[in-house]
Formats: sequence, C-alpha cells, structure tokens
Amino acid sequence: MTVAQTEALTFECETGNYHTFCPISCVAWLYQKIEDSFFLVIGTKTCGYFLQNAMGVMIFAEPRYAMAELEEGDISAQLNDYEELKRLCLQIKRDRNPSVIVWIGTCTTEIIKMDLEGLAPRLESEIGIPIVTARANGLDYAFTQGEDTVLAAMAARCPEKVSVVESEKKERNAIASLLNFGKKKEDVAADESEYVKHTPLVLFGSLPDPVVTQLTLELKKQGIKVSGWLPSKRYTELPVIEEGYYVSGVNPFLSRTATTLMRRRKCKLIGSPFPIGPDGTRAWIEKICSVLGITPKGLDEREAQIWASMEDYLQLIRGKSVFFMGDNLLEISLARFLVRCGMTVPEIGIPYMDKRFQAAELTLLENTCKEMGVPLPRIIEKPDNYNQIQRIQETRPDLVITGMAHANPLEARGINTKWSVEFTFAQIHGFTNSRDILELVTRPLRRNNNLKDLGWEKLVREEAKI
Amino acid sequence: MKLAYWMYAGPAHIGTLRVSSSFKNVHAIMHAPIGDDYFNVMRSMLERDRNFTPVTISSVDRNVLARGSQEKVVDNITRKDTEEHPDLIVLTPTCTSSILQEDLENFVERASIDTKCDVMLADVNHYRVNELQAADITLRQIVQLYTEKARKKGELPTGKTEKPSVNIFGISSLGFHNHHDCTELKRLMTDLGIEINEVIPEAASVLNLKRLSQAWFNLVPYRELGVMSAKYLEQEFGMPYVDITPMGVVETARCIRKIQQILNDQGADVNYEDFINEQTLYVSQAAWFSRSIDCQNLTGKKAVVFGDSTHAAAMTKILAREMGIHVVWAGTYCKYDAEWFKEQVGEYCDEVIITEDHGLIGDAIARVEPSAIFGTQMERHVGKRLNIPCGVIAAPVHIQNFPIGYKPFCGYEGTNQIADLVYNSFTLGMEDHLLEIFGGHDTKEVITKGISAGSDLGWNKEAQAELNKVPGFVRGKVKRNTEKFARDRGFSVISLEVMYAAKESVGA
Repeated sequence: MTVAQTEALTFECETGNYHTFCPISCVAWLYQKIEDSFFLVIGTKTCGYFLQNAMGVMIFAEPRYAMAELEEGDISAQLNDYEELKRLCLQIKRDRNPSVIVWIGTCTTEIIKMDLEGLAPRLESEIGIPIVTARANGLDYAFTQGEDTVLAAMAARCPEKVSVVESEKKERNAIASLLNFGKKKEDVAADESEYVKHTPLVLFGSLPDPVVTQLTLELKKQGIKVSGWLPSKRYTELPVIEEGYYVSGVNPFLSRTATTLMRRRKCKLIGSPFPIGPDGTRAWIEKICSVLGITPKGLDEREAQIWASMEDYLQLIRGKSVFFMGDNLLEISLARFLVRCGMTVPEIGIPYMDKRFQAAELTLLENTCKEMGVPLPRIIEKPDNYNQIQRIQETRPDLVITGMAHANPLEARGINTKWSVEFTFAQIHGFTNSRDILELVTRPLRRNNNLKDLGWEKLVREEAKI
Repeated sequence: MKLAYWMYAGPAHIGTLRVSSSFKNVHAIMHAPIGDDYFNVMRSMLERDRNFTPVTISSVDRNVLARGSQEKVVDNITRKDTEEHPDLIVLTPTCTSSILQEDLENFVERASIDTKCDVMLADVNHYRVNELQAADITLRQIVQLYTEKARKKGELPTGKTEKPSVNIFGISSLGFHNHHDCTELKRLMTDLGIEINEVIPEAASVLNLKRLSQAWFNLVPYRELGVMSAKYLEQEFGMPYVDITPMGVVETARCIRKIQQILNDQGADVNYEDFINEQTLYVSQAAWFSRSIDCQNLTGKKAVVFGDSTHAAAMTKILAREMGIHVVWAGTYCKYDAEWFKEQVGEYCDEVIITEDHGLIGDAIARVEPSAIFGTQMERHVGKRLNIPCGVIAAPVHIQNFPIGYKPFCGYEGTNQIADLVYNSFTLGMEDHLLEIFGGHDTKEVITKGISAGSDLGWNKEAQAELNKVPGFVRGKVKRNTEKFARDRGFSVISLEVMYAAKESVGA
C-alpha cells in the first residue's frame, strides 16, 4: 500500500465507539501522589466494580479512596444528598483525617444533577476539611482526562500570596517539623545564585516523585527555578500561583487545567511539546528557556548522549510500523518520539484532540515526519475500534498500541501489541526515562523474537466469512 | 449512600454480559457511557480469551443526555447485525442508562424489524439485583425467548432422547473454575451412561435451545446460575432438575442418587450404588485422605469459610463432615439467598454470617484467629495481613484463579483437588507438630506484620529472641496474644516473664 505524502496533518473523527478506562481511574494514581488526600467517588456499583478490578492489588492496601455508593433512595431523591454526604465525610474525617477530600462526580451524579459544586462549600465549612469537586465522568471524558478535571479544580485552591501561606504552612506542619527535628533541612533554598532571575514558573501534571526531581534538576541546569508543582506531594503544599506567573504542562491531556490557570489564575502558558522522549524533553526545555530569555546550554550533547544509549533498542524498531488505537491522549507525543526513532505511524487514534493545547506538539510531529521522510499519520479523534481492527487486519502493522480489551485477541491473530495503559503508569518523562519508553515499545518485539521459530504466531482458526 | 471500596458481587450488567457472551454468536450492546466496557478487559485478561469479546457500547454522552438516544441505539444494533451476523443481540442496560428511563423496549422492537438476528432487552433492575441474580434472570430470559419462538413455529421437538440425557446449566464465562467443572461433569455423566444433550450458556448456540426439552432432566451444579431456567423448564415441560452441587464426596454421591431416582422415575432402571462405592473408596483419594494420618492431624483445627452460596456451603460441609475440621463460622455474600444457605450449613458450623461487607468479614476472621481461611481473594489478603493461610474457593477472583491446568471443584476429581487445597492451606499438620517440638527452624529477624499499624509495646531482647523461636505461622498470633495480655495488665515492656504469663493465661 502506498501512501501519498500529504502536506499537512489530517484530522478525522469517527463514531467514538472505542475502549478506554473510565476517567475515575485517576484516583488510582492521584491518591498515591497527593499523600494527605482522600478521594470519594460518588457513583454506583458499576464505578466501584471498575475501580476494584482495574486497580488490582492496590485495593488491598487500605487505599485512601472509597465509593459513596448511590442506592435507589439516592437516585429517587428520597434521601437527602447533603445529609448523606455529610455522614460519609464525617466518617472519613474520623477514620483517616485527610487534609482534603476530593469528590469525584460520575455519570450518575451528572444525570440526576446532584449539585456537588454547590454542596461542597457548605459541607466544607461545616466539617472543616477542604472539599474539591471534580466531574470525572465517562459522559464527557476519557481515562487520563480524569486527572485534568481534578487538577483544574485544584488550581482554584492554590494559594495566591507567598507570605501568608508560608507561615500558615509552617503552623500546619508544626508536628512534622517537630518530628524532623535534628534532621538536616534540605538545602533547596541554599543557592539562589544558581538560578537566573526570572518570573516564577509553576509546572502542572501529576508525576511520580523521582520524575519530578529529574525534571526539576534538568531545568535547574539551565538556571531555571521551578517554584512549584501542581499537584504537590501534599495538598497542604499546593504551590502559590500569582497573576503573571508562567505555567507549563508536562502531559498532553491537561488542557482544562491549562485553561483554568490562564483564565482564572491569570497565568501565562508556555505552549511547548511535552517532555516525552529526548527530542520532546529538549524541545520542552528550549521553549521554556526562550520564553524566560535564557540561552539553553549543553542540550545538544545531552540529547545525543541519550540517543546513543538507546541504540540497541533503536535497531529493533527502525523501519517498523506502529498503530495507535487511542485511549489515553499520550498518543501524539509517543508517535512523534517513535517517528524520530525511525518508525512509521499509519494511524494515531486519540480520544480527544485539543489542537490549541497540543499545537506545539503537533508542529513537532509534522516536522519530525518531514525530517525523517515518512508519511504523515492520520489522526483519528474518537476512533471506532471495530473499523480500526479492520484496518489493522488489512495493513498488519508491526506493533499495535492498544487497550487490554483488544491485546490478547490481536496477539492470537499474530499481531504484536503493547498495552497502552502501561505508558500512563510507567516513568516516561525527561531524558532519564526515554529508554524506559523503548523498553515498553520493544518488549513485544523482543519477546516474539525469542519465540519466532516456534511457528505459533496465529492461534485462532480462520473465521468463516458469511 | 454507602461507603465501600470492595464488593463481592458486581453490578447487574456484568451478570447479563457473562451469560450473553458465553453463548456462541450472541452479541451484547451496552447502553452505557464510555469506559463501562470494562467487562471486555476482564474477559480478555482473566480468561485469556483469544477472541474479541462480543460486547460493544452504544455510548451515552452529552448528546444523549440532551436529546435522548434517538436513532443511535437502533443504528448500533442494525450495524452490529450486518457486521457480525450474530444469532441474537442482547441490549444491556447499565446503572446509568436505567436512570435515563429511555424506552429501550421500543428500540428493541424497532431494531428487530430491520435485523436478521433476534434482539432482546435484558430485563434487569440495576438497583435491585446484583451480578449473580442478573445472570440467572438473563439466562432464563434467553431460554424462554427461544422456547417460545420454537413453540410458535411448531419446531419444539416432541418426546425425549432414546437414552437418558441431561442438560447442564450454569457453566459461564468468568465463573469460578467453570470450564474445568464442565469437563468433569461431562465425564461423570458419561461414566453414568447419560448423554449430554446441551450445556448452557458456555459455548452453546441459541439456535439449539429449542432442543432443551429433549433431555430427561436438567443438572444445575451452581446455586447462583441456572435455577430459574430449570424452574421455567419444569413448569413448561414438567422436566425434573437436580440442584445438588456435586462438590465433595458425600454431596457428589447424593447428587448421583438423586439422578438415579429421577431416571428410574422415567423408567430407566439404573443403579449407581456400585459406581459410587467404587469411586468413593478407590478412585477418588478424598475418602482415603480423610482416614489417613495427615487428616487426623487436622482434627478440630479451626477454619472459617466465606464465598458465594454454592462454594461456601459445599466447603463447609466438606470441612466439617468429611475432614473433621471445626468450622467456627461460615458465611456468604449472597444475601438474597440467605435462607437457603442457613439451612445448608446450619448444622456444620457454630455461626452463620450473611453480609456483603468485607470489613465485617475481616474483623470476624481476626476475632476467631482460625488456622486456615477458605474464602475469596479478599479473604486471602486478610489472611496475608494476619499471617493465616487461605485457600481461594469462590469469586471474586484474580487471574491466578483461572488456572491453565485441570482443576475442577466438582465431581470425583474435584474432591481430590479440594483435598489438596485444604491440606496445603493447613500448613502441613505433621510439620507443624514437629516444628513445635523442636522449636522451629525459622531464625529470621522479622517478627510479623500485625493487623494493627503500630504497637506501643516494647519487647525486650530476651523476649524478642524467644518470640523469634516461635514457628513463623503462629508467631503473629503469639505476638498479638502476648501484647493483648500485656496491655490488659498494664505492662509497658514485654519480658520473658510477661510472655510466659500470657501463654499460661490463654492456656496455649
């Protein structure tokens, strides 16, 4: 099949009949990230069943999340929402004493029009714990967009002024500092001189702590100081955000958070590609430097060194094709990185495409394709899984990145797959973790290389066509 | 509202999907928001299904909220009809769609005008029934649909098969060891000279459902799935059914005797007594096991049992009646079927617990401190935290409970498997005994991961060393008992003296 080299990226939209995780799954990583939080998902048995099964063993570790399971009396408004939520939140306060309770609104609360945003402030003042409301439902959002709705709601809770907060924070953390007495205080504030003077920069997007440290240090090398992260390790440590601050997103699915920071907190968004892959990381740093008026240094060598260290993996994938079925919104960035690695991408499925928030990433994808001399991929928003599987059967790509619902059936038909959800849980950001992305991408290829002489590729009988 | 993060039985639509997707060439269309098709992931992961799960979503989104589904559901049904040519499409409501109160019955009627396949609406109320009840209802609905259809067309077969034959009900996708049980039951029936007429729903074709009435009787091995269908057929055709779960030596014999009676009532003249005797004494190892020295050492040991009605009841009887184990309490999460369960296990355990609350079960285990637990994955994790071994006997389960190897729970091979499970769970009676005599071979420093987060009690050096000499699997219990004793008496440091005093006070 020959594909005509098109001039610009093409965007299509299918039926939206695709498989993805429900956005409430964001509680799985957010409750771990924000250590003093408690997530209350207000929904039905269906939501609970999904969480229970999707999170596997995490369920048994006394997680800081729970379902407020709606019963028939709640649906028909025989019970009073406010009283019911108050009862549960008091129980949570008593058992766990969190610094914040995050209410996750679901499809059901949308349909019965439960006014969570209205109830939260009342209850908050009554029980004395902040209540943040996020509508992470399957009617409107897919998978990782759940985090976006939570962070957008959190953005409104970031303190506005430095001074007030610092003292308050000290007070709140009095016990913590007492316990840390005698320990050496981290010398973060030690050397202000290492940094160039610039407008404060706050990064947004939930990442594992080691990755936060890595990216923060990466910017520090350029003399850029990261004033804070949304979210931080604890709710009580949410960063100060003042009007005029710069903000930058680290993940492609954070468009609502970006909008909130710009419109409600009057921040300036640095639109850049996302720090995924050495090319993305470099472009991200360069863009931040250029906005802050800094000349980046040492990036050439840094990037080259990372590419060199990945050569063994690159040899496995050069010239191979990868098909993204689309379910987590990381697809554009990953495709861009894999094209740079020498792969071709016939199709990028994606649940939702914010062309403004991802503008820089899309441009980088386009340029990368041109530079590598490969056809531009079709970008398919709201894909139709059934149609996609027909296209996969026809073109037989070397690798399909897909959800767990399709992975085993495709493998049984001799098609290599990589489970897409792993990309959201693995550490994939920055220079340091680039190799980890390729570790994931090449794993099915390496495994199948090991088994290739056994003649066991197709393990289903040919289906009879009627 | 109810605060919860773990449930034993899933929502209703899971039951419907388990039944519909067990049939061959039946497609389910869920009227649900994006993300609710998690069932496909479970099928693909837990069962390692090689085929695409025949379930799609007709997505409920903002447009549907604003204007109703309109043509969407109908279009999705007709589209699936032309794409996959299923025999039947089951429109499956979810908890979300049931609040919308759209006239799904109307969609089904309209769609079936244009489709080659049959279309059916699963008639389950999401706020009143759970996964298991919904599965039972859906199976009955499908059986009824095709029975009535055949009757209208005059295609119902008359009379019975020549030789005695049986329908096996309730083997389904994502059922606990269902595939292995199915093989074992077929083998058992063959041994008894009974032909298999139909097995439903797993791998069955809906087009064959009209043949159900040809069988001499129906066998319903599981309490949770199939009873409604069996009752329906009894009412329609006067077909008798056997609902004794052939799990354990005594129950398997009882099940076979019931079959014998039913066949003889229809003039078969069979006698299975010799078969039962031969199997029990010489083929199955379970009867011999209960006589052996190994099992003697299990006498009077404490166990607790929790699971679905079928497995929890069967295990309780096996433990108490066939192995002489002391079942302190037995419980089930099938609240809707509580009476049946109480009646089944009442005489085999000290207490019956009926609850859907995993917290309550966890506490009940901690309170009793049994030597072994037989429960679901949740109880296995409770066991881990309390250092008590657990054999998994019922759903909800993880991927390791879908073994590739042959591990039935039913029939005579099932009794062997259960004997292994029980024996391995009870930390090897003889070894336990020997370790106690010789003070244990475990010299690790780690003491225990107790269920309570932190202990305010200090153990002095000698006591700590002594505690380490206690064999690993009872160490946690000794530690907890000693600490409880010390706390009650107001000791702040546990010395050797305190430790021994504690030991004496509990008489251990």
